[in-house]
Amino acid sequence: MMTPDSEAALAEAVAGAKGPLRIQGGGTRPIGQAEGEVLSTAGLSGIELYEPGALTLVVRAGTPVAVIEAALAKENQRLPFDPMDHRALLGTKGEPTIGGVVATNASGPRRIQAGACRDSLIGVRYVDGQGAVIKNGGRVMKNVTGYDLVKLLAGSYGTLGVLTEVGFKVLPGIEATATLVLNGLDVTRAVDAMSKALGSPFEISAAAHFPETGQTTLRLEGFEASVTYRMAQLRALLDGFGDMEELHGDASRDLWTATRDVTHFAGAQGDLWRISVKPSDAPDVVKHLPDGARLSLDWGGGMIWVVAPKGADIRAALGGIAGHATCLRGSAPTFHPEPAPVAAISRGLREKFDPRGILNTGLMG
Amino acid sequence: MEMPAPDVKIMAKKAKLVERLQSVLPLDAVIHDEFETRAYECDALTAYKCPPLCAVLPSSTQEVSAVLKICHEEGVPVVPRGSGTSLAGGALPTADSVILGVAKLNDVIETSYEDRYIKVQTGRTNLSVTGAVEENDFFYAPDPSSQLACAIAGNIAMNSGGAHCLKYGVTTNNLLGVTMVQMDGTVVEIGGAHLDSGGYDLLGLICGSEGQMGVVTEATLRILRKPEGARPVLMGFDDNEVAGACVADIIKAGVLPVAIEFMDRPVIRATEAFAGAGYPDCEALLIVEVEGSPGEIDEQLSKILEIARRHNPVELRESTSAEESAKIWLGRKSAFGAMGQINDYMCLDGTIPVSELPYVLKRIGELSKQYGLDVGNVFHAGDGNMHPLILFDANKEGDLELCEAMGADILRLCVEVGGCLTGEHGVGIEKRDLMFDQFKPEDMEAQMKVKDVFDPKWLLNPAKVFPLSVTETRRAG
Ligand SMILES: Cc1cc2nc3c(=O)[nH]c(=O)nc-3n(C[C@H](O)[C@H](O)[C@@H](O)COP(=O)(O)OP(=O)(O)OC[C@H]3O[C@@H](n4cnc5c(N)ncnc54)[C@H](O)[C@@H]3O)c2cc1C
Ligand SMILES: Cc1cc2nc3c(=O)[nH]c(=O)nc-3n(C[C@H](O)[C@H](O)[C@H](O)COP(=O)(O)OP(=O)(O)OC[C@H]3O[C@@H](n4cnc5c(N)ncnc54)[C@H](O)[C@@H]3O)c2cc1C
Repeated sequence: MMTPDSEAALAEAVAGAKGPLRIQGGGTRPIGQAEGEVLSTAGLSGIELYEPGALTLVVRAGTPVAVIEAALAKENQRLPFDPMDHRALLGTKGEPTIGGVVATNASGPRRIQAGACRDSLIGVRYVDGQGAVIKNGGRVMKNVTGYDLVKLLAGSYGTLGVLTEVGFKVLPGIEATATLVLNGLDVTRAVDAMSKALGSPFEISAAAHFPETGQTTLRLEGFEASVTYRMAQLRALLDGFGDMEELHGDASRDLWTATRDVTHFAGAQGDLWRISVKPSDAPDVVKHLPDGARLSLDWGGGMIWVVAPKGADIRAALGGIAGHATCLRGSAPTFHPEPAPVAAISRGLREKFDPRGILNTGLMG
Repeated sequence: MEMPAPDVKIMAKKAKLVERLQSVLPLDAVIHDEFETRAYECDALTAYKCPPLCAVLPSSTQEVSAVLKICHEEGVPVVPRGSGTSLAGGALPTADSVILGVAKLNDVIETSYEDRYIKVQTGRTNLSVTGAVEENDFFYAPDPSSQLACAIAGNIAMNSGGAHCLKYGVTTNNLLGVTMVQMDGTVVEIGGAHLDSGGYDLLGLICGSEGQMGVVTEATLRILRKPEGARPVLMGFDDNEVAGACVADIIKAGVLPVAIEFMDRPVIRATEAFAGAGYPDCEALLIVEVEGSPGEIDEQLSKILEIARRHNPVELRESTSAEESAKIWLGRKSAFGAMGQINDYMCLDGTIPVSELPYVLKRIGELSKQYGLDVGNVFHAGDGNMHPLILFDANKEGDLELCEAMGADILRLCVEVGGCLTGEHGVGIEKRDLMFDQFKPEDMEAQMKVKDVFDPKWLLNPAKVFPLSVTETRRAG
């Protein structure tokens, strides 16, 4: 294992590599793992710049997410996109890094309101497959100078470059949180209720449904008085969707941390899948899941977590429905196959960024 | 700004090319008459003009594909065009190029309130996207000031922003999917009504690529429910630095306004003379707008006003009615027009870290004295996206060049303090040669490699974004 302690040393390690490299942050997502010698970013840790008044943060890629969250909390700020902690779900140990979050474009329940990791990411530095250090974006929120490689690098799972530094737009902390729980809805009715809520002016920041408990959960956040007001409006709007209860403060926060980390499927046996479709297609997808599959919905129905019997072909459940399914654990290919012309572009990009094919070889198609 | 010399071999085969294009398009969709092609000779950067070889106006993705296939075979450069409102010369043709306009592609294809998206053809104007969903109280968030005219096509190509992007983000944050035709005619579907990509984020890459990766013909856009209401406050300060500190304190307090707009004294005076919005005569003026129910608005505004008071404003004006709100916005909305009354102007668009605001304004003032050209500043203060307006006289020998030199100095200043050349207008031809100031050669090379993948022959809008000297070998190949 190589653990370079600077960007320059990391660039040298890549330039001098004789074979494939497995890029590792905290190693908490050993999903669809690549082969080769481990190249760890653990030596690149620390906050480079944090300006609370400008809502900007620039950090080295190997910085633990926990360190970042603590620094932000001190100023009552936060990362906008709720990165999930996979350790419970996947039963892994280690310390998730911010580079790993960006490389996987990790984003939690708040995705539907605040966007994905890529939407808050304003700059990257990375080392490409030949060892060149490249900068794109920067530390300002609005930037259209040249192509947006920032977004390309987000979610590229270390196959286009090794991230060394990442910059974010951050957000102010949240004063109050509350959750409206609807009990006893089936998937179709739950998606209806979530769509209605998300199409209201009441700024729902998360919407999930758990068929196993029959609960549908809708989160409100903001200043105390505003949350109270919107809770009343939301209850009136969803009158007729069955029995309601409210969670406030820590009870609401804990529920969403658990939802974000998918702890309800921690330790579950079987293959683990994550499906992205448009919310109104969710009931159809669910109908076609194999017998014995367990599932939960996030993102108003647009994201479906599935624990399926080993080897079941979950992509088949999508039928002709537009979307994609990622296999986090199981024998199926990790990433969703792309249509030929799109796959050709992806392949072309990878060949340009990593002509020797040494970065996370075998991962992503 | 220099443009590559037209290829005489291409010019010589105009008749053949027109004939081939007419074989795949209706006759009136191929414009080749020398008078008529002048309609396409420039965009909103009117200092630079050049009629194209011809212009085509296809009506479907299939027609776009057929046109591109022909141009690809003939080795003819293509410049995509929406409404031609680019301020960066993004849609400027060369004499040997074909303008591909998407103006006829303006239908709404599908709307879903349940899933909160609209799918449109990209020639549709920005404002008419909101127009299509307004009766159901929905809207499309990115709102460039040019929204009445500019097309979604240009918005995607430039990753355009607007006054409300502090809360809602810019085009890339509101774009879910596209249908795009590559230079060789291949049609690709990227994204859709679902969220995020199963593979690389090609959508994020295409957005902001200034028409250099493909011609976008259809787009799936996120629509949002309108807030219950919105209300602005106006604050005047005697000092730019204090106004800047007030912006930072508002942001830190956890209130997230939808807009924080900043105007300096020259712009305040110009708009007063032009529109008479009743602004105070002071050094710096902020318009801060918040959204929500009446109670929520009151709560946020009381927090904002309390912060403002701590900074000794010379004026604090809270709107109490729709008319008062309109009046507060009136001056801001007419700022460009007001400056245009005084003289010709060039609008810059660099972004800076908001903490550098006072220093940058001071330096711009010094540059203004040095060059002898007046500058007004009106911009999105919440995100540091500046819009210095440099006044010059287009009819005066040498004034344009002087203005461009001063503009370049201001943009270099933006880069120097940690910002960038352009926050929302794009590079086009205007900032092309300044790319050296922001990027190392390797950084630009990494970007150009992306174009190599999408358009190996470099036929799509080839003379834009990157300095001509670094693209020369690619364009020739
Ligand atoms: C297939 C898959 C699906 C996932 N789905 C979700 C999801 O649905 N929601 C969610 O929130 N999170 C998801 N993740 C999550 C994500 O991995 C974590 O959020 C993140 O914090 C991992 O941190 P780590 O440092 O432990 O990463 P690691 O486990 O070390 O690495 C994760 C991935 O990122 C790459 N990587 C790590 N650091 C760098 C770097 N500096 N530069 C380049 N590449 C790097 C690794 O090669 C590896 O491919 C998924 C991950 C994978 C692999
Ligand atoms: C008065 C005024 C105010 C403005 N205010 C703002 C503002 O507030 N915020 C802001 O961001 N911008 C603003 N602009 C700039 C401009 O309106 C935007 O850049 C807009 O998005 C351009 O859209 P368009 O349809 O006019 O594009 P065009 O000018 O036609 O083209 C712009 C670019 O897009 C490319 N392109 C066009 N169609 C396609 C296609 N189908 N596929 C691929 N590429 C294509 C072109 O090749 C060109 O590079 C303003 C301009 C003016 C004149």
